[in-house]
Amino acid sequence: MAEYQNIFTRVQIRAPAYPGVTLPSGAWVRQGKGAFIHLLGRFGDAQIGPIYLGTTGLLSLICGFLAFEIIGLNMFASVHWNPIQFIRQLPWLALEPPAPGNGLHFPRLQDGGWWLMAGFFLTSSVLLWWLRMYRRARALGMGTHVAWAFLAAIWLMLVLGIIRPVLMGSFGEAVPFGIFPHLDWVAAFSIRYGNLFYNPFHCLSIAFLYGSTLLFAMHGGTILAVSRLGGDRELEQIVDRGTAAERAALFWRWTMGFNATMESIHRWAWWFAVLCPLVGGIGILLTGTVVDNWYLWAVKHHVAPIYPQVFAPVIDPATLPGAPK
Amino acid sequence: MNSLSPSRNVTGRGPLRTWCLTAAVVGLLGALAGCERPPIETKQGGYRGLGMEQVINPRIDAIKEVKNEVPAVIPAAPSEGPLASSVYKNIEVLKDLNVAEFTRVMLAITQWVAPPDQSCNYCHAADMASDERYTKVVARRMLQMVRHINSDWKDHVGKTGVTCYTCHRGNAVPQYVWFTNPGESADTGLIAGNAGKNKPSRGVGLTSLPYDPFTEYLLEGRNIRVISTTALPDGNNSSIQHTDATYALMMSISQSLGVNCDYCHNTRSFAVWDASTPKRTTAWYGIRLVRDLNNAYLLPLTSTFPEHRLGVLGDVAKVNCATCHQGLFKPLYGASMAKDYPELEGEIHHAAAAPTESAPTTAPPTASLQAAN
Repeated sequence: MAEYQNIFTRVQIRAPAYPGVTLPSGAWVRQGKGAFIHLLGRFGDAQIGPIYLGTTGLLSLICGFLAFEIIGLNMFASVHWNPIQFIRQLPWLALEPPAPGNGLHFPRLQDGGWWLMAGFFLTSSVLLWWLRMYRRARALGMGTHVAWAFLAAIWLMLVLGIIRPVLMGSFGEAVPFGIFPHLDWVAAFSIRYGNLFYNPFHCLSIAFLYGSTLLFAMHGGTILAVSRLGGDRELEQIVDRGTAAERAALFWRWTMGFNATMESIHRWAWWFAVLCPLVGGIGILLTGTVVDNWYLWAVKHHVAPIYPQVFAPVIDPATLPGAPK
Repeated sequence: MNSLSPSRNVTGRGPLRTWCLTAAVVGLLGALAGCERPPIETKQGGYRGLGMEQVINPRIDAIKEVKNEVPAVIPAAPSEGPLASSVYKNIEVLKDLNVAEFTRVMLAITQWVAPPDQSCNYCHAADMASDERYTKVVARRMLQMVRHINSDWKDHVGKTGVTCYTCHRGNAVPQYVWFTNPGESADTGLIAGNAGKNKPSRGVGLTSLPYDPFTEYLLEGRNIRVISTTALPDGNNSSIQHTDATYALMMSISQSLGVNCDYCHNTRSFAVWDASTPKRTTAWYGIRLVRDLNNAYLLPLTSTFPEHRLGVLGDVAKVNCATCHQGLFKPLYGASMAKDYPELEGEIHHAAAAPTESAPTTAPPTASLQAAN
């Protein structure tokens, strides 16, 4: 039989569902009484609900649903409402932004108007959800760290979808809504602007992305490893360092000479995660507006190394006299 | 842990675990379904640190080798004898060949192009000289095209050259030709258009990229170069959509040649020529060659072809890289069939061919021609 030894356990304890702290007056009531689902307990807390929807939550869901429907129904229509083809071709289907020649005008629905509408509702949905996160955190008397982290992701989305296209003067610069099409857009974007890997903000973004996974693994591993010594009481250990915190700190000092603290590791993690889309968004924003070919920019600033020539010299045949068109 | 198993069965977690595991295995296999089965070898072409690797799968290469075997050479024709044009009527292209050479070419076409059950009759009516059948008119133009490629496009075909077989491979219509793809009907009401993309298409490597980059680039000659040649913005307003289309064209080339991007490009900069491999120059001429053939040879044949040979827009079948290459970096692994068929390389200048008096209306029958009639 499994034993309940500390709070880091896979044993699921059943007690009456906790409804949460008392809400301030004027707020919506929480819906539902709360239920327990064993499978959910294997990934997180087995308790689901009660749920707080609220005005912003409700509006966000409505906007999100509208965006989802505009995108999904246009995709469905593009396979002539054939459900089998819809599923087979789903990864290829997309709702395309207006053509490049359209500039910043609002085109006919079939020429990108649907895309603009979907983008509007998606943006509204995401911003309303952000507001909901902010207000729920305040209602619980928490800090608003999660909302600001979410805003970093929203920033990247808005740069790609609206801010940069507006600066470029064409909605056609924006990303299509679709699985493969948005991936092909990424590749085409990098090709058009001379290889995004030479964009220093892209470099930083990758460093923060990989750094986030590294920090996550290091932190998760460390705490799990010292949970038998009381490390699971992570928050208590922040104010009252026990043997678990000492050993975890010593472990990292031994292995790499430096250690975060029980408190700072969470700031490390937060900043790495937030900076990933934050600097990524800056990199996208500069592309095409300030820099048009990142490879040539990197050559100009001695960032890109010059490799020895291993092939016979190649010149552009279009520059030769009498070259075919 | 073994002592825990009875309680697990009591709580019914055993079947759950089995289901989860089965789902995980099926899911994993499903995720791998699109992958190429090993062995996969890589061959580095670039300086260390650059990779520029070609991916080779010997298993698939073995299949390709069988498909690309070169047919046996028809014995060379003696260089003496009367000119075919003085013996046969209505000869417009192969005027420079003697009868033996001419017959050899006809024999070769019969083997390489004509359906076996129709043989000579595929192009020739009972009166061999007649232009009654459209196939004969097309074949004549195609012979001019082959000679044009071999003599004027050495920048692309080099000394290897091409023959009818390079494209036809025993098919009356080459396996890899293309028609303009108009996509869906333009009248879709309020439904969003797909910008000519977002359909799985083999021609562009099953990407969601534009499914017909050929009309724009291999017929109309739209500029392929979208990447800026300056670090900072300097008036290049090539769009992402334009880039998508060039990307689709490049994917089709990659597919047609069975190579990766870095066969021609150093992918750190697709645009820069001095970092590219010399193959890129060959490909550059190849693109121009294809444009030339489509415009000068195939487009004018549109009205010659019967309706069932035309595309949905009534356009003629056109060529792209796949038409000759058929999945190989060099068609037929670079075997030079043209070397064995000097008749197709260009005009042959016979030293003072004696004019012949009589011009019989029917050809001196060779075994195969007779059988066909």
